[in-house]
Order: sequence, then C-alpha cells, then structure tokens
Amino acid sequence: MNRRKLVSRIVFSVCAALLGVAFALPLIWFVFAPFNAQADLDLALPKPPTLANFARVFANGAAVGALLNSLLQAFGTVLLVATTATLAAYALARTTLRGKRVIEYVLLLFSSVVSGSAAMVPIFLIVNALGLIDTQLAVILVFAGGLLPTAMFILRDFIASIPRGYEESALVAGASQWRAFVDVVVPVLRPGVTIAAVWAFVQVWGGFLIPFVLLRSEQRMPASVEIYSFYSQAGTPIVPLLAAYSVLYSLPVIALYWYVNRKYGFRFFGGIKS
Amino acid sequence: MSSRGAKVSSRTGVAFMTPAALLIGLFVVFPFFWIIAVSFSNRSLLGANALHPQFVGLKNYLDLFDPATFWGQGGFGPSLWLTIQFVVFSALCGQVLLGLVLAWISRELSPRAKSLLHGIVMLAWILPDVVVGFAWFAYLDRDAGTLNQLLRGLNFPAADFLIEHPFLTICMFNAWRGAAFSMMLFDAALQSIPPSYLETADVVGASSWQKLRDIVLPLIRGHIVTDLILITMWTFNVFTPFLLTAGGPSFESDILPIYTYRIAFKSFEFGKGAAIGVIVMLINLAFSLAYLRLAQRGLRKKGKAA
Repeated sequence: MNRRKLVSRIVFSVCAALLGVAFALPLIWFVFAPFNAQADLDLALPKPPTLANFARVFANGAAVGALLNSLLQAFGTVLLVATTATLAAYALARTTLRGKRVIEYVLLLFSSVVSGSAAMVPIFLIVNALGLIDTQLAVILVFAGGLLPTAMFILRDFIASIPRGYEESALVAGASQWRAFVDVVVPVLRPGVTIAAVWAFVQVWGGFLIPFVLLRSEQRMPASVEIYSFYSQAGTPIVPLLAAYSVLYSLPVIALYWYVNRKYGFRFFGGIKS
Repeated sequence: MSSRGAKVSSRTGVAFMTPAALLIGLFVVFPFFWIIAVSFSNRSLLGANALHPQFVGLKNYLDLFDPATFWGQGGFGPSLWLTIQFVVFSALCGQVLLGLVLAWISRELSPRAKSLLHGIVMLAWILPDVVVGFAWFAYLDRDAGTLNQLLRGLNFPAADFLIEHPFLTICMFNAWRGAAFSMMLFDAALQSIPPSYLETADVVGASSWQKLRDIVLPLIRGHIVTDLILITMWTFNVFTPFLLTAGGPSFESDILPIYTYRIAFKSFEFGKGAAIGVIVMLINLAFSLAYLRLAQRGLRKKGKAA
C-alpha cells in the first residue's frame, strides 16, 4: 500500500516535470537571447551577458514610439471601459428596469458571437464611414465596444455582492443617486474595477488583429504590429533586437497578472477570457 | 428583485447604461447586422463597387459553395474541414485533455511545485500573440531552433516544421497556448470535490485512474462541458496561427479566420469575406446558445439546492 503510494507519487512527479519542461521549452530561448548581443535562434549562453540589445531598442525611435502607442491605446480603452462598464453594470445590477434579463441575455449572446475575426469586415467599414481609419481613437473605440460586455459581467457580479444597505443609508442621509454611486459604490467596487481594468489592458496590449486592420501609418502602430519593423527587408528577423523588444513588451502583462493573482487570486469572472 | 427595494430608478438606470450601450451598439451589435447586409452585396475596397455596392442576392454564398471550386486549392471547403480538424485536435484533444491532466497531476504536487507548473503553463497563455508567435518561430527553426537541437540530441531527424508539418505545428501551438484556461477551470472544479470522497476511495485501494474515472469525471461533468464549448468557440475564431504560418504553405494551415482575412483584406472581396463571417457567426451562435442553455440549467439546479 505504502509502496504503491510512493510509486504513484514518483509517476506523478515525473509526469509533472515532463509537462513543465514541454511547456517551458518554447520560451527558454527568451531567457538567454535578449542578453546576448550576438543572439541567434540557437540556445546559447550569452558571454558576456549584456544589456546592449535593450539599449539599441531604446535608441530606436519607432520601437519606443510603438510602445508608447500601445500604452496610449491600452490606457484609453481601459479608461473608457472602466467608466462605462461600471455605470452600466451598476444599472444592470440595481435597477428595476423591465427587460433587464433580456438585455443581459442578448448582450452575452452578441459578445460571444461577434468575434474580431468574423466581424473585421463590417468593423473596418464602420470605422471607414466614421472617417476614423488610421486613428488611435478608432482602435480604442473598437476595443472598448468588444471588451465592454465581458467587463460588465465581471463588474455586475462584484456589485451584486455589495449589500444594498450601503447605498440606502447614503440615500436616507439625503445623497443623490449619483452621489451615492460615486461616494459609496465606487470605492467599495475598487477590486472589481481593478480586475476588469487589468483584463482589458492585457487584451488591448496584446491585441494584434484590430490595429493591424484599422491602422495604416507607422507612427500610430502599437508594439504588437510595429514589432515587425525588426524584420529586415527580406523578411528575416533581426534576432537580438526582437528578443529584447519581446521581453520589454511582455513585462507589463506578466507584472499585471502577477499582481492580480497575488492580490485577488485567480478566479473565473464571467468565465470568459477573450 | 424589485421587492427588495432596488434604489435606482429606471431613468437613472437608462442614463447609466447609455454610454456602454452606444459603444456596444456601434461596434458589436451593428457590425453583426451590417455584415449580413454586406454579405449580399459585391462591395470591394476600391473601384465603383466601393462607393456604390450592388445587391447581388445570394451570389457570395453560392460562390462559396460552388461545387466547381468548393474543394479547390484555397477554397472554402478545405478551410472549413481544416478548421474542424484544428478544433478537434488542438482544442478538444489538446487543450481540454492537457488541462485535465495538468490539474489532476498538480493535486499531488507540493504547493511550490504546483505554483511553478501553473506559472509556466499560465505564461504560455498570457504572453502577447506576437511574442509567442516569435517564440515559436525561434523554437522551430530548421537549423538552430531549440526543438531541432533537442531532436538531434536524441538522435531523431530534424525537420522544418513550419514548412513540412504546418498543420501539426499550429495544432501543437494552440494546445500549448490555451491549455492554461482548462487547467485553471479543472483545478477549481477538483477543489470543489469533497476530499472525503477520494479518501474513501484510497481506503478501498482504488488506483489514481479509477478515482479519476469513477469519482472525479462524473462529478465535474458540468465543468467539462462548459470548458469544451468555450474552448471550441475560441479555437474556432483564433487568428494567432496566422503569425506562425500565415495559412501556408499552399493553404495547408488555412483555418477559417485566416481564410476570411485573406479574402477580405488581401483580395479585398468584402462581400465574400462578409459571407464567410456570417457563416462563422452562425456557428458561434450555435455554440453560445448551447453554452447559455447549460449555464442556465446549472443556475436553476444551484437555485433548487439552495
């Protein structure tokens, strides 16, 4: 019995190690290459390790500009999504509005049916009709529309867990509905807004298809698209720079996930990632 | 609900919902209807049809299903068939099974080993598309890539995977990329199983496999179905393999999202691209209706139990 348990323990550990290695393998290269000025596609220990690649990336105006564009687009979307989703989710959770259930059902349905890859034609045409092709505003608006339903469901679950007495006492004390919302609900809701905002930020930060289809000029491209400027004319990658740039570009996402995971733990809000 | 005294009037409710409704209306709901309209026109990017597209009825759909070209190179048929195989192999066999195995295995690990394993798997899931795209490009390189170095070290023949096995490659890639979601979902599901069930099985001397088959799988059946539907829907719409193979070579990894992109934004046949989009959305609709029905049945059950 004991022996069998030991054997099964060993089998499990070996399987876990093999799976872990299999999952890590495609990324191991990223541990070394960014710090190797002569990095190529092979796994090689940098000798000596250097930050020269990062210095070259920072010296490249287009690359830095692209990271700033990513920041602008991500923050713009997050701001828009966080404010409008909080308002709407509050309304959904607390009104007596008839047809609320229908709105929720339709919202859920549309948000899962209309995917970026299926709807890219009409989205391109709408943005074109609005005269917003090749503007960062277009990227922000389109992302915001797409991310809003999920953000609303995340926030609605948080609002539902706030006791109604909180707002009622504020209203009894003579506060307007708006004040009760801003002064009572919003502060309590901070964890929910943080999680929805981080989720939205990561979606925009990594998003490729929407800016790829909606933007034209290089100076407006986010990092996800502009990363291709590290390819030579012939289409071969300039490996050391790409490696360093990829790491820089990935850091915010890793940091944000790590932060949320540590602070709030990983849970399934609305069960939806993208 | 109303009996508990909701404190937001309908008017305030509508006002609060308006900004979100405008954005969702314009960029989610409206595209859904417009894509249907565009799919019945000969709209293109340039030329006369860009400004004054004409109604062409079912022409775009008939073109897609035209028996003469349906199964041709780069046609709709092979792309659809490839997408179905892609979903079955990379999502159902790949992500869901891998996620289940990972969640099951990590139960027996020490907390530190578990969070290390989960961290690695999560990393594959959270990194931006273009970064994992490039990581795999380097990983699979014919001469220097980590995978081929490893294969040579083990005395296996090296291969140019992106050229020689493009479909296998995007399947492996998608399984690797998305397994984390299933792992986390099943991990949460396994934690909801009362430990006494499994302890009892231990006392009787059940093997790990017997416990999984006879106790765990029946208990988490609901989670498995939810996972299957969500994963299927996401894989069906995933564009990321474009960054690895761009659908090639010679259309061997031409899954539907890439096919749509190629028709709409390489050939600029918006009408035809929209028609494919409508078909994709209809398939999405079937999956979401199934998902919503299951979710509601789950809620009702929960409500009864409470």
